[in-house]
Amino acid sequence: MELTNLTLKAALDGLAAKRFSSEELTRAYLAAIDAANPSLNAYVVTSHDKALEMAKASDARRAQGEAGPLEGAPIGVKDLFATKGVRTTACSKILGEFIPPYESSVTANLWREGAVMLGKLNLDEFAMGSSNETSAFGPVVNPWRAQGSDKKLTPGGSSGGSAAAVAADLCLAATGTDTGGSIRQPAAFTGTVGIKPTYGRCSRWGIVAFASSLDQAGPIAKTVEDAAILLRAMSGHDQKDSTSLNIKVPDFASHIGQSVKGLRIGVPKEYRLDGIPAEIAKLWDEGVAWLKAAGCDVREVSLPHTKYALPAYYIIAPAEASSNLARYDGMRFGLRAEGANLTEVYENSRAAGFGAEVQRRIMIGAYVLSAGYYDAYYLRAQKVRRRIADDFDTAFQEVDAILTPTAPSAAFGIGERVSDPVSMYLNDVFTVTTNLAGLPGLSLPAGLDSQGLPLGLQLIGRPLDEGTLFSLASVMEQAAGFSARPQKWWE
Amino acid sequence: MAIDAATVRKVAKLARIAVPEDRLEPLSQELSSIMNWIEQLQEVDVDGVEPMTSAVAAKLPMREDVVTDGGHPDWVLANAPKSADGFFIVPKVVE
Repeated sequence: MELTNLTLKAALDGLAAKRFSSEELTRAYLAAIDAANPSLNAYVVTSHDKALEMAKASDARRAQGEAGPLEGAPIGVKDLFATKGVRTTACSKILGEFIPPYESSVTANLWREGAVMLGKLNLDEFAMGSSNETSAFGPVVNPWRAQGSDKKLTPGGSSGGSAAAVAADLCLAATGTDTGGSIRQPAAFTGTVGIKPTYGRCSRWGIVAFASSLDQAGPIAKTVEDAAILLRAMSGHDQKDSTSLNIKVPDFASHIGQSVKGLRIGVPKEYRLDGIPAEIAKLWDEGVAWLKAAGCDVREVSLPHTKYALPAYYIIAPAEASSNLARYDGMRFGLRAEGANLTEVYENSRAAGFGAEVQRRIMIGAYVLSAGYYDAYYLRAQKVRRRIADDFDTAFQEVDAILTPTAPSAAFGIGERVSDPVSMYLNDVFTVTTNLAGLPGLSLPAGLDSQGLPLGLQLIGRPLDEGTLFSLASVMEQAAGFSARPQKWWE
Repeated sequence: MAIDAATVRKVAKLARIAVPEDRLEPLSQELSSIMNWIEQLQEVDVDGVEPMTSAVAAKLPMREDVVTDGGHPDWVLANAPKSADGFFIVPKVVE
């Protein structure tokens, strides 16, 4: 038995049956990380000592009969979650060697349930990017390669390290965050499952803030069931986040395998973009066929403001970011550059600490919020956001869930799109709408393109209706029979 | 909407980011191309639409106005670029 090939569910079962210990499992993952990371660059911190310490403590708890729901499961953590005593940088130079004296609420939930932290996973700087190329620690390499090619592909972003680590068997599952598609697009690029839950499901406390009205944590995992297991553990009310919802967390995994007969599924006509690859359109049609075969009633719906979602996002997200990132001033933590006076110290610290894309977004944000432009840009974008949310409200009067592609392409090459910000932004064209509306969105691997690269389909649900998405996704997962795995060329 | 070099200089000042003179023009082009793409929002009819300020319609909770944490100056200062005697050291602010 290859321990690192297990799903989260199978590993939890194996641990419960004492077929192997958490320490054995953790050691297997640490060895896999040591072998792969020089090639993939998925982890920016690997904490061998801490991981083994947590694994041994987990084994001791289990021996005492005190096993939690995730007892002994080795998990990777996106480096946007503050982890007490373990360097957390959002992959930005401006945080330097920041070591949080506190733990994010989401990761605290995982450790309370018995999970083991393997390390911190690479991401685009401050989660701003769709290819992991803006990371101060360099890009992550996608474990997948096109057939017959050794060209390095991006794993998508911003949760590129999380997605690559799950796809390459470098953790059982990983945490991610999603502001415009940062869980779902990398999941699609790496043949993994990712879900951004309803805004407010997961506490944002201790997650480095990007755009607070859009940021939401969620899991990236190998199977739909694994994603359901990890999402339940990550979710829950938290007094320290005023937007965290004070509602009961459902047992999402109980929705796996439930009948979807009679569910009404919407296919939004505005998502049939010109220039979308034929293979993606065809896969979307196959997804429709799978759901019809399972007894769903599939119909066309209209989301007329779809094309305005990305431009509205690129006002709202930078505006919120320019405000959130004002805290990086070189005074209390992180990088401080010298200057002739206080203002120069601020300006030089921020110029030296922030990468080019982050600087661009902060400046866009400062511009759209500045006197004379606020109404024309920021206020208008918030009104367009309402239009987009209203479109979904209308659609959800007729249907129970919506099916779309996750991303407009398969994984692309490192360096291919960095020179054109807008073409990079278009990666999120199918995912960003749910962030604006606060809705849950799940991406699952549905097939391979002609080059052998994974493609994903996305299910969008009503607020708090992740359960229906898990039922639908498990039906589609069965129908797709997606079993392809990347070749382990780095071993 | 074109953002000229002078506007870049102003925005960089607002954002407290030092931008060298030779970067003003390239940044002006980059930011203009993003803003030109965003310009399509002007097509949307937003008359009478309430701006959406939060993703979920939930009332902000109230809590007791009491201290719930604190008393750890060493934690607060642990990541400071410069500190001494329980204080942050910052550049001179008052002349």
